[in-house]
Amino acid sequence: MLERGEVANSWRRERWDSLRLLTPNWLSRLPGHRYRGPDPDGYMTMGEVVEFIERFATVTRAPIRTGTNVTSVRRTDDGYHVTTSHGDIGCRALVIASGACNRPTVPPFADAVPASVVQLTPFGYRGPAQLPDGGVLVVGASATGVQLAAELARSGRPVVLSVGEHVRLPRLYRGRDVLWWMDAAGVWDQRHDEIDDLTRARRLPSPQLAGTAKRRTLDLNALTAMGVELVGRWAAVRDGRALFSGGLRNVFSLADLKMRRLLDTFDEWARTHGRDAEVDPPERFAPTHVPESARWQLDLGSGEIRTIVWATGYRPDYGWLDVPVVDPKGRLRHEGGVVDSPGLYALGLPVLRRRKSTFIHGVEDDAREVIDHLTRHLAARR
Amino acid sequence: MTTIDNGVNVQALLDAREALKGAPEAAQFTWRASAKWQNGVHSTVTIQSFHGLGQEQSHKSESVFTADHPEVFAAEDNGITPIEYLLVGLASCLTAGVASVAQNRGIQLRSVESTVEGNHDIRGILGADSDVRNGYNDIKVTFSIDADASKEDIEALVAQSQKRSAVFDALTNPTNVTVEVA
Ligand SMILES: Cc1cc2nc3c(=O)[nH]c(=O)nc-3n(C[C@H](O)[C@H](O)[C@H](O)COP(=O)(O)OP(=O)(O)OC[C@H]3O[C@@H](n4cnc5c(N)ncnc54)[C@H](O)[C@@H]3O)c2cc1C
Repeated sequence: MLERGEVANSWRRERWDSLRLLTPNWLSRLPGHRYRGPDPDGYMTMGEVVEFIERFATVTRAPIRTGTNVTSVRRTDDGYHVTTSHGDIGCRALVIASGACNRPTVPPFADAVPASVVQLTPFGYRGPAQLPDGGVLVVGASATGVQLAAELARSGRPVVLSVGEHVRLPRLYRGRDVLWWMDAAGVWDQRHDEIDDLTRARRLPSPQLAGTAKRRTLDLNALTAMGVELVGRWAAVRDGRALFSGGLRNVFSLADLKMRRLLDTFDEWARTHGRDAEVDPPERFAPTHVPESARWQLDLGSGEIRTIVWATGYRPDYGWLDVPVVDPKGRLRHEGGVVDSPGLYALGLPVLRRRKSTFIHGVEDDAREVIDHLTRHLAARR
Repeated sequence: MTTIDNGVNVQALLDAREALKGAPEAAQFTWRASAKWQNGVHSTVTIQSFHGLGQEQSHKSESVFTADHPEVFAAEDNGITPIEYLLVGLASCLTAGVASVAQNRGIQLRSVESTVEGNHDIRGILGADSDVRNGYNDIKVTFSIDADASKEDIEALVAQSQKRSAVFDALTNPTNVTVEVA
């Protein structure tokens, strides 16, 4: 196993200070390794995640070479040639587990933002104290965006949140963590080959969830109640002005409808599996409140906004992969983790084999199946 | 499942989606209109040809649209105002979307009606107040749909039709517009 940094590198270097997992402790598990502390319903801090993964590495005696950066992978007659910062390696099979979130995605019009406005991505953001005083425009209302908008609003700054399509979820449903339902009702186990529109499922943004001690819901209504101003999806910059979509109401409707449908699925599961008695009665949540009149433009030169935080998603980086298996959009071409090149495999990508594929607990089932294929590949080539 | 028919050939659309995934050039369409001034604020606009699927295309016949302004604008009212044409576009686009999405989701429609209202402060175009914009301040579309589906499914139809609507996008998001003198 080659790792350019340290074990759990992404959790050490690429997360902000206050972040906690949005998956509860009991769920954040790895094969044969689970949380044993006093708070199974809580959410790990970054320090705790690092410790958890380090312990797993130690217990499993994973053969890790840290501080080893892979700079190139090339195909050879019978496998791959790997160039690293510590010498070359030949191998017959190779698993790409370099992560789905190596770089923050920022839209091209970021270049047109006036220089007077500070721009940050979640990789550069540590906490509110690092920002200049004054207003903040947070772009993107998925897990990262809603968490940063809430933290910045609590720091006393005026916050405008630009909202595109998003996934709304309550933190608790019928008295249980909503992710308990995702797990128990089998939604997360839905397989890649059972999903109608796999491309869309793979592009689905992360849910509006945060791991907090009070297990509070952090949807757009919660943010509005905190004083966060909602505007539409940021579409363009023209003459130093940010222009937002006027379609805000519909992205609310879409998210409300999808949430309701998911909760229906949970209720149906509880009913048909005789679980109604152990949970609270079904509940429905108020629709997302539509602002009286959402602004559709904002003068970036007026001084109202001093900082922009881009929470517009992440993407993998395959700059080191010299095998033609990356599509024009920068995504790896693979079928359930079996990459379009013999002996090459991937793990940890969105809906690789199941809806849970990018979550800590989700890799186990995928890994078994992918490694199964890899073993057969090696056996066949002997 | 009983076969439902809203008269939309969804299979052709799904096939086109697959085919164009690998052929982005063919997906480039150019729509055209030619306008001619008549008199006063009255003009006619004709539409027949367009470009798409890599070649010139043509509607079955030419359509002619008359635009004018109402008598309260001291005009002759030979036809609807240009800004009303935006409502024509929006309503027909969303309606087409509802029918297509319903077909794809196996929902039989019996009737789909809508009203579209655009609120417009004309002080903008008159130059009476520089803080007032020229275009609509807001637009409201109200659908009445009779179909074999729950209220929730109908709401989902309407939401999805907005998500995939060309005119909804064109009205809610900025578009670069170049106007030149030939
Ligand atoms: C902000 C954020 C919050 C998240 N919260 C949760 C959560 O609450 N619960 C949850 O289950 N999941 C969460 N996730 C998803 C999380 O990323 C995955 O669960 C998990 O970390 C994926 O592990 P991985 O090993 O596949 O990828 P990573 O953790 O990204 O690990 C990939 C490793 O590969 C190394 N690497 C990359 N390129 C090279 C190279 N060329 N040479 C050598 N080494 C290389 C990197 O240094 C890194 O250590 C979150 C993700 C983000 C971005």
